[in-house]
Amino acid sequence: MEAELAARLVADLAWVRPELLLVGFVLIGTLVGAWGGDRSAGVLSGGAVLVLIIAAALSFGQHPEAPLPVFNGALAIDGYGAFAKGVIGLAAAATLLLGADRFARSNARRFEFPLLVALSAIGMFVMASANDLITLYVGLELQSLAAYVLAAFRRDDARSSEAGLKYFVLGALASGLLLYGASLIYGFTGSVRFDLIAQAAPSGGIGLVFGLVFLICGLAFKLSAAPFHMWTPDVYEGAPTPVTAFFAAAPKLAAVALLARVLLGPFGELTDQWRQVIMALAAFSLVIGAFIALAQTNIKRLMAYSSIHNVGFALMALAAGGAQGASAALVYMTIYLPTTIGIFAGILAMRRDGEDVETIDDLSGLATRKPWLAMLLTALMFSVAGIPPLAGFLGKYVTITAAIGAGLWPLAVIAVVATVVSAGYYLNLIKVMWVNPPAAPLMPTGPTVALTAGAATLLVFPGLVIAFGWITQAATTAALTSFP
Amino acid sequence: MGGLIEDFGPVWGFWAGVGQILLIMIYLLLSLAFLLLFDRKVWAAVQLRKGPNVVGPFGLLQSFADFLKFVLKEIVIPAGANKTVFILAPLLTFTLAFASWAVIPFANGVVIADLNVGILYLFAISSLGVYGIIMGGWASNSKYPFLGGLRSAAQMVSYEVSIGFILITVLLLVGSLNITQIVENQRAGVWAWHAFAWPTIFIMFPMFVMFFISALAETNRPPFDLPEAESELVAGYQVEYSSTPYLLFMIGEYLNITLMCAMLNILFLGGWHLPWGPVDNPVLGFIVFAVKMWAMFFMFAMVKAFVPRYRYDQLMRLGWKIFLPTSLVAVAIAAGYVTYVGRPVIGG
Amino acid sequence: MVEAIAFYVLAAVAIASAFAVVSVRNPVHAVLFLILTFFNAAGLFVLLGAEFLAMLLVVVYVGAVAVLFLFVVMMLDVDFVELKQGFLSYAPLGGVVAALILAEMLLVTGAVRTSAAFTDKPAGLPDGITNAERIGRVLYTDYLLHFQLAGLVLFVAMIGAIVLTLRKRTGVKRQDVSAQVGRTRKQAVELKDVRPGQGLG
Repeated sequence: MEAELAARLVADLAWVRPELLLVGFVLIGTLVGAWGGDRSAGVLSGGAVLVLIIAAALSFGQHPEAPLPVFNGALAIDGYGAFAKGVIGLAAAATLLLGADRFARSNARRFEFPLLVALSAIGMFVMASANDLITLYVGLELQSLAAYVLAAFRRDDARSSEAGLKYFVLGALASGLLLYGASLIYGFTGSVRFDLIAQAAPSGGIGLVFGLVFLICGLAFKLSAAPFHMWTPDVYEGAPTPVTAFFAAAPKLAAVALLARVLLGPFGELTDQWRQVIMALAAFSLVIGAFIALAQTNIKRLMAYSSIHNVGFALMALAAGGAQGASAALVYMTIYLPTTIGIFAGILAMRRDGEDVETIDDLSGLATRKPWLAMLLTALMFSVAGIPPLAGFLGKYVTITAAIGAGLWPLAVIAVVATVVSAGYYLNLIKVMWVNPPAAPLMPTGPTVALTAGAATLLVFPGLVIAFGWITQAATTAALTSFP
Repeated sequence: MGGLIEDFGPVWGFWAGVGQILLIMIYLLLSLAFLLLFDRKVWAAVQLRKGPNVVGPFGLLQSFADFLKFVLKEIVIPAGANKTVFILAPLLTFTLAFASWAVIPFANGVVIADLNVGILYLFAISSLGVYGIIMGGWASNSKYPFLGGLRSAAQMVSYEVSIGFILITVLLLVGSLNITQIVENQRAGVWAWHAFAWPTIFIMFPMFVMFFISALAETNRPPFDLPEAESELVAGYQVEYSSTPYLLFMIGEYLNITLMCAMLNILFLGGWHLPWGPVDNPVLGFIVFAVKMWAMFFMFAMVKAFVPRYRYDQLMRLGWKIFLPTSLVAVAIAAGYVTYVGRPVIGG
Repeated sequence: MVEAIAFYVLAAVAIASAFAVVSVRNPVHAVLFLILTFFNAAGLFVLLGAEFLAMLLVVVYVGAVAVLFLFVVMMLDVDFVELKQGFLSYAPLGGVVAALILAEMLLVTGAVRTSAAFTDKPAGLPDGITNAERIGRVLYTDYLLHFQLAGLVLFVAMIGAIVLTLRKRTGVKRQDVSAQVGRTRKQAVELKDVRPGQGLG
C-alpha cells in the first residue's frame, strides 16, 4: 500500500512541473544570492524571467481531457488553470524584466527581488489550480506575503514602507475574513475538498452561504474589487513603480481565476446565492473605478482606480456564471494584462534627473519630447478605454455579451456608462500628452522599457485582435472542461 | 509506574504515586546539595584553593548551611517591582525544573511517567524555562535584571533550535520518542552508545559535543553565563532577588544543569547501561546512571573553571551560524542514512 | 471521573485566562495569560489523547512565539491610560461583532452535532502506532503538498524579514574568526632584543 502511495505521489509530481521548476529556481537562487550578494541580481533576474517563461510554456502544454486531481485532490490540473497559469507566468516575467531593469538603472538592485517575484508566482500558480480550501489559502498567502515584502521593498522610503504596512495589515484582515469563511464552509459541509463541498453544498443552508460570502469578501480584497479596494491607491502609489506594475498584472488574473474556480466549482449549484454578491462587487468596482479616477493627479493612483474599474468587468463576466462567464473573464484578463504592463512601462520611462516623476502634468507634451512613446501610450490608452478596433474593446465586448447572455441587463448598462466615464480620463491623459505645452525633458528611455511598451502595443493591436478568435476558443474549451 | 492505580486501587494508588514523586524530589534535592559542593570544590581545586571546608567534614554540610541561611533571611521585594510576577518567576523556574524530571528514567523501569512523547515533553518543558528568567528580569523593574532577562531569553531561544535538531538526529536513529526506548537502543555496550556507535559516530559524536555545548548555553552556565555576567550586569536577572526566591532560582538552575547531564547520558551515553553490557537490575542501573551523571557534571564544572566567558555576538554567531547549519546537515545525513541504509539495529 | 474533573478545570482556566488576556490592563500580564491559555489548551489536547500536538503547542507557541511576544511587549513603553481611552465608544460595535461570531459558532456546533460527516469517526490505524506516527503518515502523504507549500510560506517570511531589516552598515568593525584563527606567530609577535637601560629607540 505504501509503495503504491509513493508511486502515486511521484506520478503526481509530473503534473506540477511548472511549480517545481520555480521552486527549484528559488531555492538555488537563494543560495546563489546569499553567496554572491547583490552582484548576482542580474543573473538571477535573467534566470527568473527565463524560468517563468518556461513554466508558462509548460503550463500551456498541460491540459488533460478532464480535470485531474493530483496530490489527493489538493490541486486540479485542468484547462482553465493551465491557461491562467500560462498568462500569469508571462505577465510575471514581463513585469520582472521591467522591474529588474529599473532597479539596475537606479542602482537599487537587490537579489531578493527576482526571488520574491518567483515565489509570488508560485503562489499564483497554486491559486490558479487550487482544488481545496487549504491550498487556496496557502497559495493566496504565499502570493500575498511576497507581495507585502515587495511593496515595502524600498525600505528607506517612507511611502514605500507605509504601502507595505498598509497592504500587510489590511491583507491580514482579509485573510482573516477568508479563513473564517473557509472554516464556516468546512463546518457546514464537512470537507475542505472542492469536489466534496460541491456534493454537500445543495444541503448546506444559510450557514454555508455565510461562509461563502466571507470567502468572497476575502478574495475581493485580494482582487481589489470595490468596496474592498481602499488599500489599492495607497499601495500602488507608495510601492516602487516596477513593483506596482507587477501588482497590477499577474496577481489580478490569479485572483480572478481562483474566484472563478471557487464560484463555479464547489458552489456551482449555489449560483443564485452568490450572484447578487458578485454583481454588487462588479457594479461598485465599475462605478468607483471610473468616477474617483477622474479626480486623480498622480498617474499611479489613476492606474489603481483603472485597475479597480477593469476588475469590475471580470467580475461582471463571473456574475454571468457558467463556463461562458468564466471564459469571458479569462479572455478579458488576458487582454487587459498586456495593456496594463505596457502602460506601466510608459510610466517607468518617466524619469527626470534620476528621480521617478509620476504626476499627470509630467506627461505634458510628451508627444514633442518622445513622439514614439507618446504614440505607444496613446494606443494603449485607447485600448484600455475600449475604443474599437483595439483589443481592449473586444475584451469589454466579450464580458458585456456574457452579462447580457445571462440576463444581467442592469449590470451591462452600468458597465457601458462607467466605460464612457472612464474614457474621459484616458482621453484627458492623451490630451495632456499631445496638446499641452512640453514639460521639462525626461531622461532617455531604456531599451527594455521601450521594447516592452512596443511589444504590449503590438499585442493590443493587432496581435490580440488577430488572435482573438483563437484565444476565445481556447478559453471557452478550457472553461468547458473545467466547469462542465 | 503508570499501573499504580490498577495495582493499589484509586486511593492508595494515588498516594503511592505522590509518594514516588516526593521520593524522587528528595533524592534530587539531596544530590543537588552535594553537586553544588562538588561544583565549588572542583572550581577551587583548579585554582589551587581548598574550597568550602569548614561546615562538616570536608565541608560536606556547606550546602545545608547555605540553605538555612537563605531560608532564614528576609525576603526583599523592590518597591517598584511587579510583585505577583516577581514572586511567580522563581516559583515557575523551580516547578518547571522539577516537572521535567517526571519523564527521566533513573534505571530500568524507575520513572514516574513513561510518556510516548517523552523527549518532546522534555523539550517543551525546558523551552518554558526561559519564562522564569524573563519574568524575573522584567518584574524587578530595574535595568540590569531586564538586560539580563533579555539576553537570557535570546540565548535560550537560539540554542533551543540546535538542541531540537540534535534531538531529531537521535530520534531518527532510534525511531521513537520514548526515552526508555532510546536508552534500550544502546543496551549492548559502549559500541552501541549513540555517541560512539559505528558508523554513525561520524555524525553522532559531533552531535554529542554540540549538545554538550548547547546545554551549557541553555542552562546559562559559563562560558555562556551572559545573563548573570557579574562583571557587566552584577548578577543579571537575579540582582533584586534575595533569600528564598533566590534560592528557588538557584535550585532551578542547578536542577536544569543536572537535567542536561541526564539528557546527555540518556541520548548519547547509554543511560543506565554499563559500557560492557546491559543492566536490567534497577538498583545497579540507578547507580550506573548516577555515576555517569556525576561524570557529566564534572565536565560542566571543569568548563566553568577554565573557559573564559564568550562575548554576546560570539555566542549568537556560534548558535546561529555554526550549530544551526551543522545540526541541520546532521539531520539530513541521519535521515538519509535511515532511509537508504536502514536504521542501525544495535539495541540487540 | 478524573478526566472529567481535569477537563473542567483545564477548560475553565483556559476560558478564564483567555478572558483575562483581553481584560487585564498590563499588556505583559496579558501575554502571560495568553501563555496560560496555550498551556491549558495543551492540557486539553492531552486529555483527547493527542499528546504529540500538545507538546508541539507548548514547544512552538509557548516556547518560541509567546517569548517573542513577551519580548516585544516588554520593550514597548505603552501608555495604558491613553490606551484605555475611547474604549467605551468602540464597545457597542465590538459587542455586535462578538455576538455575531458567537451566533455563528453556535450554528457550526449545531451543524457538527447533526451532520453525518462528523459522526463517522476517522478510520482507526492499527494499535501500537503513536500519535506522532499517525500525524506523520497523513502529513507526508495526503497533505504532502500543503505541507511543502506551508514551508514555502515560511521561506518567504524569512526572506522578507531579512530584506526589510538587514542593513549593511559601513564602518563597523566585524570579527573575522577565520582570519583571527589563521593568524600565525610571525604576524602577531616580533621579538626584539632589548638591552637594559637603552629602550627600543
